[in-house]
Amino acid sequence: MATISPSTAEIVRQSGAIPGAEYLLEVSNVRKAFPGVLALDDVSFRLKRGHVHALMGENGAGKSTLMKIIAGIYTPDSGSFKLKGQEIKLTSPLDALQYGIAMIHQELNLMDYMTVAENIWIRREPLNALGFVRHEEMRRRTRDLFQRLDIPLHPETEVRDLSVANRQMVEIAKAVSYDSDILIMDEPTSAITEREVEHLFRIIRALKDQGKGIIYITHKMNELFEIADEVSVFRDGRFVGEHKASDVTRDDIIRLMVGREITQMFPKETVPIGDVALSVRDLCLEGKFHGVSFDLRKGEILGFAGLVGSGRSNVAETLFGVTPATSGSILIDGEEITIKNPGTAMDAGMGFLTEDRKASGCFLLLDIMANMQIALLRHGHTSAGFVKEHEIEALCHQQKNRLRVRTPDLEEPIINLSGGNQQKVLIARWLMIKPQILILDEPTRGIDVGAKAEIHKLITELAGQGVAVLMISSELPEVLGMSDRVLVMHEGRMTGIVGRKDATQVRIMELASQ
Amino acid sequence: MATDISTAAPASETSRAGRRLPPELSILGVMLGMMLLFEVLGWIFVGQSFIANPLRLKIMILQEAEIGIIAVGVTQIIIMGGIDLSSGSVVGMTAMIAASLAQVAGYAHAIYPSLTGLNPIFPVAAGLACGMIAGLINGSLIALTKIPAFIATLGMMVSARGVADWYTNGQPIGNLSDGFAAIGAGWWPVIIFLGVALIFHIALRYTRYGKFTYAIGANPLAARVSGINVERHMIAVYTIAGLLSGLSGIVHTARAISGQAGVGVGFELDAIAAAVIGGTSLSGGVGRMTGTVIGAVILGILTSGFTFLNVDAHYQEIIKGGVIVAAVVADQYRQRRRKSA
Repeated sequence: MATISPSTAEIVRQSGAIPGAEYLLEVSNVRKAFPGVLALDDVSFRLKRGHVHALMGENGAGKSTLMKIIAGIYTPDSGSFKLKGQEIKLTSPLDALQYGIAMIHQELNLMDYMTVAENIWIRREPLNALGFVRHEEMRRRTRDLFQRLDIPLHPETEVRDLSVANRQMVEIAKAVSYDSDILIMDEPTSAITEREVEHLFRIIRALKDQGKGIIYITHKMNELFEIADEVSVFRDGRFVGEHKASDVTRDDIIRLMVGREITQMFPKETVPIGDVALSVRDLCLEGKFHGVSFDLRKGEILGFAGLVGSGRSNVAETLFGVTPATSGSILIDGEEITIKNPGTAMDAGMGFLTEDRKASGCFLLLDIMANMQIALLRHGHTSAGFVKEHEIEALCHQQKNRLRVRTPDLEEPIINLSGGNQQKVLIARWLMIKPQILILDEPTRGIDVGAKAEIHKLITELAGQGVAVLMISSELPEVLGMSDRVLVMHEGRMTGIVGRKDATQVRIMELASQ
Repeated sequence: MATDISTAAPASETSRAGRRLPPELSILGVMLGMMLLFEVLGWIFVGQSFIANPLRLKIMILQEAEIGIIAVGVTQIIIMGGIDLSSGSVVGMTAMIAASLAQVAGYAHAIYPSLTGLNPIFPVAAGLACGMIAGLINGSLIALTKIPAFIATLGMMVSARGVADWYTNGQPIGNLSDGFAAIGAGWWPVIIFLGVALIFHIALRYTRYGKFTYAIGANPLAARVSGINVERHMIAVYTIAGLLSGLSGIVHTARAISGQAGVGVGFELDAIAAAVIGGTSLSGGVGRMTGTVIGAVILGILTSGFTFLNVDAHYQEIIKGGVIVAAVVADQYRQRRRKSA
């Protein structure tokens, strides 16, 4: 296969020698194997100019591998790769960029201590004759770019001062600044609020109108129908089908993705609600939130809704002693206790699944068993400091089977698991200490539908066993589907508690945005 | 519960059978390869065997025992995501303090004329306590003020050396009792090294202390949220490392039968090198004591091998530096391959 250099490709492109290639990108019969796994098996994919093409599939279905091949990160074992009708071969991400393919990664790759403009033009800074950077020119280019994309940011802001959503905007602007024709977005909405999603969609539509093709990976169905033109579904490394987004229903997609019916996404059951397990009075953390009061009963699922940054996660962290409260009181089973660190919270019967799996959840370098057992070690299973390995291994196996963690072996490093399976391991960590009160912060963020339904089922089961569950989620359908009551926060204040019957999307959004 | 164990056991057995080889094997291979290389070079250039010379091997191992004792502590610190630059200076400081309490009975020019002829337990205890205090200060500074371990232990490195020099204004301390000197005689340094290595190998693998050390190194935030008292654990690990540096100082003093303020210079770097060659990752969360022991032996082979081949000492250092870097590069490469697999 003859390869041509990016510059030649550009000349050919501009000469119009390949008039009106209908597809920006055509990948056919791609195969990619990793030692022991066939990640992609004979997969084909086409992207039209001016279209948003969504990729759906459970974690491990091969979406990410395909994206990485398109972005030049992996080289396929076989298959053909056509860009605007021209057969090409990518050797590196930089190569892909020069061909006009840019990827916006799920974990944003920006440099915190540099300005927005510096981040966007890194490696391509406008220089003067002496080789110094022309900052004014760089700012001007950034302003133009932002204007074109309707991004309200200042080029001189340091990236570390930006919210996640704004960082994403910067990443998109950066990708566009390469004059890319193909933009790959990997779960761009997993960490941003509904309102920010709207802005993102406006930008995506503007990019569409400019004739760019966008590959959009997501787990969220509603986004699919809102923004995508086509959808391709993958399962177990195979391409299952391509459809027009207007021709399929939510259930069709789920069926294609999992290969079976998921009968219930939110298997909520009404269980008898018991006594008050946790009672919070006027809880306050200086500068983050204040005046939070609620009761949580045994068997109850209390949903926490609100926009990102409204203080939901701060309340959870304070309850668990990660950031001890500055005032207010916490009562467990009617007795007031002072929670000054996570250890005291655990001794009081609490467990806390944190929001950010990577930053504060997983020990990525360690194996599954080490990840599962770590909280349990506080509560014994040791004699004279020695860990009772057999006892713990048995417990870990139990949890692994109960939660259906898909792994051959508990000694597999957790980093090799998919997001959903990592999350199950972390949930297992807390189930092992048999908590009376379980705080779950975004329990299903970034995981696939199948695992999501399993986790929902588990939460329901736990409530049935009398565990008091506090569940924070940015996904309204999840909050509405699972909660007995919903507590809504806005800018560090509690704006209301709504019972299951009265909880509607509109009511909660009203309270969350006041 | 009993039934669970019996049902779980077969599953874990089968999974164990197919488990990957321990990472030390490759380092062990490097070690054996190096010995073989020196053996061949020995026959070519000096006309004698490198391996079949028990005395040389003994000296080689004795040399590295002191570094090894320190490396046992440093490995734990690095696994926990920290670093210790102070161990060499702590060796110097404890050498002086232990020596000053180990002088023979009735020696007229003793540092403490009233404290001569003491049972060796006293100088040993004083040396260990002194090392522990240094470690405690390191750990407390890092855990409580949150300054980087590099800075805190750099400060201790300078200060402890200062204490060592100040103690006798740089004068060496001699006339040490036979009882004390016995600690450094014969195979004792090696036995002590392997003893502490075994103890902490067990501690790292089978105790809560070990699990917490790996957890903090892998992700301190997640460790905290899992209920680990991260600060307390950090202080404990640094204190233990200080204690081991003290022990190394005692062994060194007993072996040299003299206390000298300048000893231990550069030991901290050799100890870090031993840990790193042995596969301990400077980013924390990864490492094993067995690897460190092999790492220390590799350093010993290098030194004695080059001496055996009459390689100039300066060249030795140059090559040693290269080997340390090569070990880390090889390790990085291996890890990347494992990750992409």
